[in-house]
Amino acid sequence: MSDQSKSQKTLDNEAYQQPDDSGHFGQFGGRYVAETLTSALQELEATYRELWRDPAFQKDFDYDLAHFVGRPSPLYHAERWSEKLGGAQIYLKREDLNHTGAHKINHAVGQALLAKHMGKTRIIAETGAGQHGVATATVAARLGLECVVYMGAKDVERQALNVYRMKLLGATVVPVTSGSQTLKDAINEALRDWVARPEETFYILGTVCGPHPYPEMVRDFQSIIGREAKQQCQKMTGKLPDVLVACVGGGSNAMGLFYEFIEDQSVKIIGVEAGGLGVESGEHAARMAGDRKGVFQGQRSFLMCDDDGQITESYSVSAGLDYPGVGPEHSYLREIGRAEYVYATDDEALAAFRGLTRMEGIMPALESSHALAYVEKLAPTMKKDQVIIVNLSGRGDKDIHTVAAIDGLDVGLQG
Amino acid sequence: MMRIKQRFARLQAENRKALVPYITAGDPAGKTVEMMHELVRNGADVIELGFPFSDPVADGPVIAKAHLRALSHGVTLNDVFSMVSHFRETDNETPVVLMGYLNPIEIMGYEVFAESASKAGVDGVLVVDLPPEFADALVAQIRPKGIDMINLITPTTSDERIKKICSVASGFIYYVSLKGVTGSARLDVTSVQQRVAHIKQFTDMPVGVGFGIRDGESAAAISQAADAVIVGTVLVSELAKFDQEGGTCLQRVGTQVSEMRIAMDNR
Repeated sequence: MSDQSKSQKTLDNEAYQQPDDSGHFGQFGGRYVAETLTSALQELEATYRELWRDPAFQKDFDYDLAHFVGRPSPLYHAERWSEKLGGAQIYLKREDLNHTGAHKINHAVGQALLAKHMGKTRIIAETGAGQHGVATATVAARLGLECVVYMGAKDVERQALNVYRMKLLGATVVPVTSGSQTLKDAINEALRDWVARPEETFYILGTVCGPHPYPEMVRDFQSIIGREAKQQCQKMTGKLPDVLVACVGGGSNAMGLFYEFIEDQSVKIIGVEAGGLGVESGEHAARMAGDRKGVFQGQRSFLMCDDDGQITESYSVSAGLDYPGVGPEHSYLREIGRAEYVYATDDEALAAFRGLTRMEGIMPALESSHALAYVEKLAPTMKKDQVIIVNLSGRGDKDIHTVAAIDGLDVGLQG
Repeated sequence: MMRIKQRFARLQAENRKALVPYITAGDPAGKTVEMMHELVRNGADVIELGFPFSDPVADGPVIAKAHLRALSHGVTLNDVFSMVSHFRETDNETPVVLMGYLNPIEIMGYEVFAESASKAGVDGVLVVDLPPEFADALVAQIRPKGIDMINLITPTTSDERIKKICSVASGFIYYVSLKGVTGSARLDVTSVQQRVAHIKQFTDMPVGVGFGIRDGESAAAISQAADAVIVGTVLVSELAKFDQEGGTCLQRVGTQVSEMRIAMDNR
């Protein structure tokens, strides 16, 4: 493990190079798995290392991002919203316009290319809100591979539309009834499946969490978001943004935006977790609002657990943020002071969901609405010539019935 | 101390193989110490005691549910230490290995864990999700207390890693005979024999084999190849019936262990 002072030195004086060879981001990350999974992870790491630097692989990946995903996604100047808030100029990175409606398709395409290269015949995945499951079912359909998606039973209910989409795409959706019946339990089941059939199975993991090399690999596949945003911002405003804001569940959309800017010290980086019913209520997913670090699902990171080390249940109105762990690189960025992590409550996120929909004609995912809610507080404190980029990680179609239910309406497709 | 070493030395002198039953501490509630003695009475040589974790990803549904039942009874790591202390009041010879996941140890702190485990009379620790590369800090705390670090080797572990694991581990090696989680499908005795022989090229430590052993026949077959036969799921699934059937479950588990013992000794 690197110590704190060494980590800090790495960022100040040299290029940012994380994780280290053992998959650690400072003290976070690593590969804390049973020996039964080690060889599968070693095989994946070796393939990834070989291909990520391979121009032919990059060419295929770029082609898929352009022609299948629909990249580059636009950077949109939300003029009316910026005007209303009366401060910084707000730009939305429109990942909601990607094929399947969220950033998840970026890493699903990348991992599918690896699966194909490795000759795997079966794809498994876990999903919370269903966006990663839909993205995985989509790439599996495209490659003609068997696809099994594990999803917490509670999430199956909250996200009936996405469950149906996955089934239409030919995937088998397995509801997980153990534990909290949400994302963490879906990941447990996916890991159990993978251990049993590692030869033919590729596990397309949905975020920058889990054992090495997933946090690094998913980040690299998602880093296209930040690379595009940087170029687009410079072209549109003539400068780098002042602040980046993104929601953080596992943290894949956020790492995708942040990574390219880590060495640009003038750019402030802010991750927004789910404050649920309020951090003091205990019903939330604001892992970094607490100070608990531990080991869970293959990685060392900030997490939610009790005094005995048992993982506690998280809560958020957004299934995509309802997870007790967080990507280890986020924990590292917080520890070295490079990024700040705040939270927005359910109510604040719902207000932002309605606000952006009315003000800009863009309906954001409830996940992204947490980032937008924080921007509503932040922008008025900034100057009019300053720039905020907020990652609009996905679109809100999947959340319409959740919002409608809060409004007392039944719009169908409830679980 | 060093009960594990002594136990294997004695068994070797007697030309017998170790029988290592696994139960989850706190499942059923309040019966663990009684069950541990029952296991010993029926021929257990080493007891593996699972300490519960909310997310036991390497375990199959039977043992995962046992973890959750124990947690629903409020069992903590400190409670598990108390159970071992209580067991030690009348059994100072049978080695006890704690088996579980890293986070409860991490939150307790390695030093406190090692101290408490030692005081309670724990002989070995198997942390399922702590690979040998990252085990140094925990080993540095437990080894001076005479507590062994038991590690897993699987059918897919490379020779390079077998060497690394053997350099970190002590007590015995736990060979996972099957792919998959605990309680998975039937095992292939011939391939286990070959694999155990292969592992033995790298270490003088005893090699125990677990996963997939369910009765006297499979226990006897595995004991041809291994120094220890580790059995868990079949016992835990019997104990799961305790709420409905009461104490007869405990006796049936004793009988299961006894049948394995006899089959192994008469092989």
